Amino acid sequence: MTTVQEKSANNGVNVEHLLGARNALTEAPEGAKFTWRATNEWTVGTHSESKVEEFFGLGDNQTHKSTFTFSADHPEVFAAEDKGATPVEFVLVGLASCLTAGVAAVAQNRDIQLNSVKATIEGDMDILGILGGDPEVRNGFNNIRVNYEIDADATDQEIEALVAQSQKRSAVFDVITNPTNVAVTVNS
Amino acid sequence: MPGSVNRLPTVVIGAGHAGLAVSHLLTERGIDHVVLERGEIANTWRHERWDSLRLLTPNWQARLPGFAYEGDDPDGFMTMPEVVDFIHRYARWVDAPVETHTAVDSVRSEDGRYVVASNGSNGLTWETRSVVIASGGFNRPKTPDVAAELPPDVESVTAFDYKRPDLLRDGGVLVVGASATGIQLAEEIQRSGRPVTVAVGEHVRMPRTYRGRDIQWWLDKIGRLDERYDEVDDLVRARHVPSPQLVGTPERRTVDLNSLTSQGVGLVGRISAINEGTAYFSGSLRNVCSLADLKQIRLLDLVDEWATENGMDAEVSAPERYPDTVVEDDPSLSLDLTDGSIRTVLWATGYQPDYSWLDIPVLDRKGEIRHDGGVVTDSPGLYRIGLNFLRRRKSSFIHGAEDDAIDITEHLARYLDSLSVRTD
Repeated sequence: MTTVQEKSANNGVNVEHLLGARNALTEAPEGAKFTWRATNEWTVGTHSESKVEEFFGLGDNQTHKSTFTFSADHPEVFAAEDKGATPVEFVLVGLASCLTAGVAAVAQNRDIQLNSVKATIEGDMDILGILGGDPEVRNGFNNIRVNYEIDADATDQEIEALVAQSQKRSAVFDVITNPTNVAVTVNS
Repeated sequence: MPGSVNRLPTVVIGAGHAGLAVSHLLTERGIDHVVLERGEIANTWRHERWDSLRLLTPNWQARLPGFAYEGDDPDGFMTMPEVVDFIHRYARWVDAPVETHTAVDSVRSEDGRYVVASNGSNGLTWETRSVVIASGGFNRPKTPDVAAELPPDVESVTAFDYKRPDLLRDGGVLVVGASATGIQLAEEIQRSGRPVTVAVGEHVRMPRTYRGRDIQWWLDKIGRLDERYDEVDDLVRARHVPSPQLVGTPERRTVDLNSLTSQGVGLVGRISAINEGTAYFSGSLRNVCSLADLKQIRLLDLVDEWATENGMDAEVSAPERYPDTVVEDDPSLSLDLTDGSIRTVLWATGYQPDYSWLDIPVLDRKGEIRHDGGVVTDSPGLYRIGLNFLRRRKSSFIHGAEDDAIDITEHLARYLDSLSVRTD
């Protein structure tokens, strides 16, 4: 008797599309070169507004379905007005969102049904660095911890493997764990 | 005769184990051919590996078409001189038509034939209908771009050039890479009194023996080694998977990151940059270790399932699980290469084939040959053997050459038949 194994998990990720894109872009690697963009404008104090609207990919400019805006500021303990999340908190948000998306995609590909995925993210920082109080202290995070609570139709080991594989394929994890050349210029 | 042109149905390039296996099967089929060898038989094994290297596969696994290991140490691992001797004996047994010291300068395609030129303007030229490239997958060391940024005071050595620890400078050594090569060299260099730090990227962890049997025995039994290239989910991944952390020693020791750290070796993440004399390492060390730990557990689970299903549980020792890789809380993210603590950087970052002589446009943008299980479909009559996962997971092992050579010579014979040029 032959039985056809139906894919049963549905995490809302279109894995077939992603795998198809991978195959297509391996043949046409120019299309895989993306440029992500944001704009940022100062308002007052340490507050600024950022917008994300367009990006470049698949050989063309692409537009998001709507414009996303983000308000960033610093908390009152920094004598700021706290009108938005602190920029470093955006970094934590970026990391967690990226890893969680990865968990869902990998789970779908491995036919694992997710019931709930929750993460808490912490980044330790010695602010003497940004205050210039100690030249030995770096500005950024010393350590970042991400802790997942995952309820899925899978063994503990399979869940651990999802999270590990998600890190392996995560863009933000890579950005944070590896150096990147950054060029900041000013128009004259 | 120098300058003359020889006509033959087939030319095999390389007299290593794979080329000789192909030669034997061609002879059995009555296909006239020559095997061109740039140096001596088994040249790579003889000249291009480090002194302590032994095969990663046990002796009982050493076999080539019609030929097998017959010594008295089936569980042992051959040293390089023993491998060279094994391949030499095979060449004699096969009576292979090998032309040694015949370096191929170019292979080009001309009116449905291949023209193979050797040894410069005074060398021989062959005109042939088919070419089997068996020149090895490990001809040149591969180093990452960051290698170019190394400060001049630090000596840069590749695994290709490395022979033994006492030829290195005294002082600290950064070994880049933690696959079979990296862990083996890290262990012996640390033992020589030179403090070693290993930069660890993605790796494959495996115990040398499991439940009393060699891991290769289990891999063979569970069918892992025979997995075919047209059956795996992700062939690109399968062809680039790092070589497992294995070493062949008389004691059948397991060497892994835990054994290295207990020896005093330091671990850092994958090298990601060298900037103004400082090397920077990825913060992903913990994850690459847990990926490898989890994969090892999945492999051992498969082995245990197989043992139970096949009634082996009473014959072998009890299942075992090994401690997770120990990673310190805050592994170093950078290392000053100018303060004298690191005198040598050893690149154990892989090898790549040399196709500089191949004048046929069959390489992809990464410089790898495009082929379908060894059949170079863009250039009929051209074949490749002896690459990672060419047709099966075992393709890169000596014993893996047998099945691949059978398939490829069968395809080649059919191709020649279609041209009706068995004897040209």
